[in-house]
Amino acid sequence: MIHMYRILLSIIAMGLAGSSAAALNVFACEPEWASLTRVLGGDQVEVVSATTAHQDPHRIEARPSLIAKVRRADLLVCSGAELEIGWLPMLQRQAGNRKVMPGQVGYFAAADQVGRLGIPDRIDRSMGDVHASGNPHVHLDPRRLKTIATALGERLASLDSSNAAHYRERLASFILRWDEAMMRWQERAQPLRGKRLVVHHQDWEYLFDWLGIVKAGSLEPKPGVPASSGHLAKLKKALLAEPSLAIIHTHYQSPKAARRLSQLTGIPAVELPYTVGGAENVVDLFTLFDETLQRLLEVVP
Amino acid sequence: MPLRISIASALSLAIASTAIAKENLFNPDISLILDGRFGAFDNESDYELPGFMLGGEAGRGEEGFHLGHNELAISANVDDLFYGKLTAAIADHEGDTEVELEEAFIETAALGNGLNIKAGRFFSAIGYLNQQHGHAWDFADAPLVYRGLFGNQLIDDGLQVSWVAPTDIYLQLGGELLRGERFPAGGASNDGKGAGTLFAKIGGDIGESHAWQLGLSHWRAEVEERTSGGHQHEGEAEEIPTYSGDSKVTGIDFVWKWAPLGNASQRNFKLQGEYFIRDEKGDVIMDDGSESPESTTYDGDQEGWYLQGIYQFMPRWRVGLRYDRLESDNKGSDEEVLAEAGLDNEGHKPERITLMGDYAHSEFSRLRLQYARDDSYEDADGILMLQFVMSLGPHGAHRF
Repeated sequence: MIHMYRILLSIIAMGLAGSSAAALNVFACEPEWASLTRVLGGDQVEVVSATTAHQDPHRIEARPSLIAKVRRADLLVCSGAELEIGWLPMLQRQAGNRKVMPGQVGYFAAADQVGRLGIPDRIDRSMGDVHASGNPHVHLDPRRLKTIATALGERLASLDSSNAAHYRERLASFILRWDEAMMRWQERAQPLRGKRLVVHHQDWEYLFDWLGIVKAGSLEPKPGVPASSGHLAKLKKALLAEPSLAIIHTHYQSPKAARRLSQLTGIPAVELPYTVGGAENVVDLFTLFDETLQRLLEVVP
Repeated sequence: MPLRISIASALSLAIASTAIAKENLFNPDISLILDGRFGAFDNESDYELPGFMLGGEAGRGEEGFHLGHNELAISANVDDLFYGKLTAAIADHEGDTEVELEEAFIETAALGNGLNIKAGRFFSAIGYLNQQHGHAWDFADAPLVYRGLFGNQLIDDGLQVSWVAPTDIYLQLGGELLRGERFPAGGASNDGKGAGTLFAKIGGDIGESHAWQLGLSHWRAEVEERTSGGHQHEGEAEEIPTYSGDSKVTGIDFVWKWAPLGNASQRNFKLQGEYFIRDEKGDVIMDDGSESPESTTYDGDQEGWYLQGIYQFMPRWRVGLRYDRLESDNKGSDEEVLAEAGLDNEGHKPERITLMGDYAHSEFSRLRLQYARDDSYEDADGILMLQFVMSLGPHGAHRF
């Protein structure tokens, strides 16, 4: 009889757990943070990503659906460093959710957790869309990503203290696998060290910093300013004098400029996944770096 | 062991940097909008909008080189609870440079439970376009229905309370209690609480590529002596049409945006439309300074709508098309006085079709060419407008 009672109780408990879902509602601004939060939170987090790999995280609108999601979030996990400045502050202002305002424990900015590159000495819009807080694309350096994962794991543990052990356990397991993967990647990436790459936008500073790759030029004459034919001609001239390995761009950037420069110079244009979902086989942060290295190594002679 | 150390060091890093986390390095944000124009008209007659008393900033604009709305805005989080913003529009009116306080409000940012309170002077939440700054509009001028009913834009002083529901679909409900002194209200009746609104917005996504929002809104006011400054007659004694009575505006608005896979940077399309109907009952007098001015009872029925589509066909370049239409059926005890007040539609249904093309060199600059075939009054007009809109200062976050 008692046995039956227990079974019944556990069925009810399961039903309740199913209906109330996970412990934390997480709103991730970009797919990389959605992926990281899922890894660290497991079944205790319900994660939505505001953007997909097809979208430029700098150019998103404060859509009604996003306001509704921020309204119900316990935690925002975003890049920060002004990457989402055109839409996130508007979402936060409109959603009326105290928990996720800047400075609250429910707002996690990844770029705040690490040292940033590209902090300008001065801000002048004639330099393009530059940001005082430096380059926000921090997830492309696995070393920084590890620091961010650690801070995020602790953040989850402090927000949902009853499950703290669960988050810490998952964090430790992630770090173990990540350290292993980093060693593997660093070895594989040896042939890329010191190589020169042309970029579309300044998305890759952190990847280059990690792998010791040199930026050979940018398709955008200035951050946020589209490529012009005059600028491409100038790039071509510079590349003929000192060639580069490839011209790289993300999935959400138009490949036109990269292809045109590729035709002009014979240097291959390579699309890199940039984030989780940026290529068919990039399903998490591990495959993101696997695929990025794979595609770059393919063009090494 | 190395794992422990890395966690500890990362944590101390994290704590140090959240302490200094801030929106940006400027406090407060200062931004400046520069708006310059060139206009060319086909005919020279005075502008009127038959069936509507013009007020506020309504008009067809100016000819030749002139300045539009140059704005200086200062905003910041006041503390962890309040956000504050002031926008001053600097414009030339008949040779005098005037500074107008367009917005001066505080807003709670962190009440929680989806609740937000705004107080001060702000753009009313009625309609869709009304809450956007003129420089964020897709055409150089306001739709005719905004021109005819609100004097281009409904701005008032008061209190706004809104609530976002904790639902999957976006649902916002709200209301405003307003002073009711500025056009199209007047007189700050009811001890300075002469107007109010109710509004609801609902919205969401359809797949990755589509986003939509639908709004319903209602505005009402007890109007005391609303004067119409936009309507001029060449006569001996200047008569100023003045309305007192009830005024109710009800509107529905929608916007639908498309971008392939949600990536708007290459191509995107926006379709938006709004419909408003206004019902007024009261009296109109032709105030000429005398003891017994001409007067009439007034029963006004006015409505209008517009529909517009904007297509960005490649980065930087957009084209747009807008159609405007107004209708009115106003009655009064003295038809002649109504006609003098500009409230007789003269058998005319104002309409206008506008074509627009613009080029944005960056997110901060825009050059626009616009041509309107304007049948909003008897003398059909072709209006060509060249405009630049530039924003200086930090990145603004725009509404949907």
